[in-house]
Amino acid sequence: MKQEYTLTIYTENQVGLLNRIAIMFSRRKINIESMNTSPSEIEGIHRFNILINETEDVVRKIVRQIEKQVDVLKAYFNTNDTIIWQELALYKVPTDIIAEKVKVERLLRTYGARVVAIRSDYTIFETTGQREETDTLLKVLGEYGLIEFVRSARIAIIKDSKGFHEKLKEFELAEPTQHIIDEPISAAEAASKVV
Amino acid sequence: MNTMSDNQSTIDAQNNPDEVQTQELSGAQVVLKACIAEGVDTIFGYPGGAIMPIYDALYDYRDQLEHILVRHEQGGIHAGQGYARTSGRTGVVFATSGPGATNLVTGLADAMIDSTPLVCITGQVFAHLLGTDAFQETDVINITTPVTKWNYQITDANEIPEVMAKAFYIAKSGRPGPVLIDITKNAQLQQFSFTGYKACNHIRSYRPKPLVRKEFTTAAAEMINAAERPLVIFGQGVILGCAENEFKAFIEKSGMPAAWTILGLSALSTDHPLNVGMLGMHGNYGPNVLTNECDVLIAVGMRFDDRVTGRLDRYAKQAKVIHLDIDPSEIDKNVKADVPVWGDCKETLPMITALLEKKDHSAWVNKFSECMEKEIEAVIKEELHPSTDILTMGEVIEQLNVLTKGDAVIVTDVGQHQMVACRYAKFNQSKSNVTSGGLGTMGFALPAAIGAKYGAKDRTVVAVIGDGGVQMTIQELGTIMQNNINVKILILNNRFLGMVRQWQDLFHEKRYSFVDIASPDYVTVAKGYNIEGNSIEERKDLISALETMLNHDGPYLLEVFVGKENNVFPMVPQGCGVGEIRLK
Repeated sequence: MKQEYTLTIYTENQVGLLNRIAIMFSRRKINIESMNTSPSEIEGIHRFNILINETEDVVRKIVRQIEKQVDVLKAYFNTNDTIIWQELALYKVPTDIIAEKVKVERLLRTYGARVVAIRSDYTIFETTGQREETDTLLKVLGEYGLIEFVRSARIAIIKDSKGFHEKLKEFELAEPTQHIIDEPISAAEAASKVV
Repeated sequence: MNTMSDNQSTIDAQNNPDEVQTQELSGAQVVLKACIAEGVDTIFGYPGGAIMPIYDALYDYRDQLEHILVRHEQGGIHAGQGYARTSGRTGVVFATSGPGATNLVTGLADAMIDSTPLVCITGQVFAHLLGTDAFQETDVINITTPVTKWNYQITDANEIPEVMAKAFYIAKSGRPGPVLIDITKNAQLQQFSFTGYKACNHIRSYRPKPLVRKEFTTAAAEMINAAERPLVIFGQGVILGCAENEFKAFIEKSGMPAAWTILGLSALSTDHPLNVGMLGMHGNYGPNVLTNECDVLIAVGMRFDDRVTGRLDRYAKQAKVIHLDIDPSEIDKNVKADVPVWGDCKETLPMITALLEKKDHSAWVNKFSECMEKEIEAVIKEELHPSTDILTMGEVIEQLNVLTKGDAVIVTDVGQHQMVACRYAKFNQSKSNVTSGGLGTMGFALPAAIGAKYGAKDRTVVAVIGDGGVQMTIQELGTIMQNNINVKILILNNRFLGMVRQWQDLFHEKRYSFVDIASPDYVTVAKGYNIEGNSIEERKDLISALETMLNHDGPYLLEVFVGKENNVFPMVPQGCGVGEIRLK
């Protein structure tokens, strides 16, 4: 069954790697719903978040093939119930209409929005949330002459992740330990393999 | 410039890092110093504008690096592949930017899918011209990304030592593959302070080998010990892992029959009593049908290609599967493994063997012999000893076996002759079968044979090629001529693109759409290249013609006309299970 999977990939900061990862999906004619790549909390290490709609079987194969790439340190995949995720959205609306017709304070409160810029001709709101939340505000502001809208890719934190600092130390060892080697498959999956 | 003393200082710098002597060298010189430090002795290449600084530097290194000027970059990279396959070392290829680089693409894809270690160096336009559609500029990094294990563009000479070291390490370690390094002309020309070459043995984001997990090797051994009808299927992983002896010990300990993929061929001598033949679409009858009767299927260093498995939902469904592979992404990719044994089979096989009980599976092995008798009766007898006057490909290979005693390197192209050669050729030693397996690249054999000869200079190298494939890279006769490369070119000419014709015969109501291919007079063509040759079509001439070819001192071309419409059997038709293999 196809469902949303969020991939989290730790990589070296290397020119061309974005393409190398992107083609893993296009090769199988899989649409990337959203993709975010930015420096992680560790200097020199980039973190990708990629959202796709696929079956677990295909996702697992792709994640392994991604992890095989020389400049990729580690790749994970998660269903929505195992991550916390957000998207950021910006909305540009005409200041006069907004000032006249909308109870701005209420708007801000109801949708958890913030004002990030006010000029005489336009005002920019910002909100973060999941797709439905940013969509709702989009719909509301659409009625008040919305000029422009932009939404970021999904970024996600894995609920039970302990971060990457410790793992990285082990990657830097010439002889890696069982701890990082254990996961071409998960421990649970490994257990199910032994008959 | 005294190149010898320069080289000495490189080696000294390696051995005594404290006594590093800084030298002002050009990027191009350091590229070559890196090759020498990595033990490269042969380079296949073709010069051009953007790689001229490297070729200029090469002029001073002619005594240490043998450069073979090919006739086309595709020929260069296939030669590099042939070299890697027979020598077990990394093939090195030079090409210029633009068309030179794009001509490498087929060979890169071939090397990628067949796990062949290559380091390809391409020249690139000056860095300041990147992205301007400069003369002979092409975005080679992005073009080659899907067909390289790793690629990298160098725009500053200071990066060259480290990147070259990474390139050689990545190409050869773990599951090998092709690496391409694109070097802009300014970086090749740039003078910089070279402090010595240091080989790479660790990259933090790259794990060439997964750690071996003992619970799985133990589980594998237990499963094999409990098996009544174990079948071992092996691929090139055994050869790439230099684990031929470990593999032999493994199957011999409990007497398990072993069948090979086309790239696994020659890892186990063809006359070994437990060698039960070839898997897959044109493989032997026994290994295919009995795949669906074994109770434990042990896959060693192979990746369950669709040409091996046929329809997956009818493949070995009754069997428990043990899969040994160095590449974790191969486990469960096509066939689910009950016991995944990650790791280098050179390490994992002995661990399993140590736990194996001595067993007698002779009744099970006999079933393969019974199948073989059936296949001999239905297919092999007529192929090797035809009842008509028309020569068959099989009998040519059979006579070749007799004359070479199974000691030759056989390089094949792609198509019917490839299947026949792999089915019937005898091999006594590993790294003797060179063919384009995964990609199926017609035109592979002639240039690959050139490289195969450089990789195994003391061995007889026979390129078996069809009349279609030979015309794709026939220009490499020029390379053979110029360097007097002692390869034997055996063209099996059936005046058709035989494999496509066979499919049209079997599945397209004999609608022979564009498979009727004309050939030049190959003997005359060879003569034009100053290569001796002969052409025969009668059985009485076969042995003496092959003898003349093999005994000739230097390259030789022999064309043998064979039956026009012979089909290769057995055959697992596409979309069928291995159990549905057809004998006719």
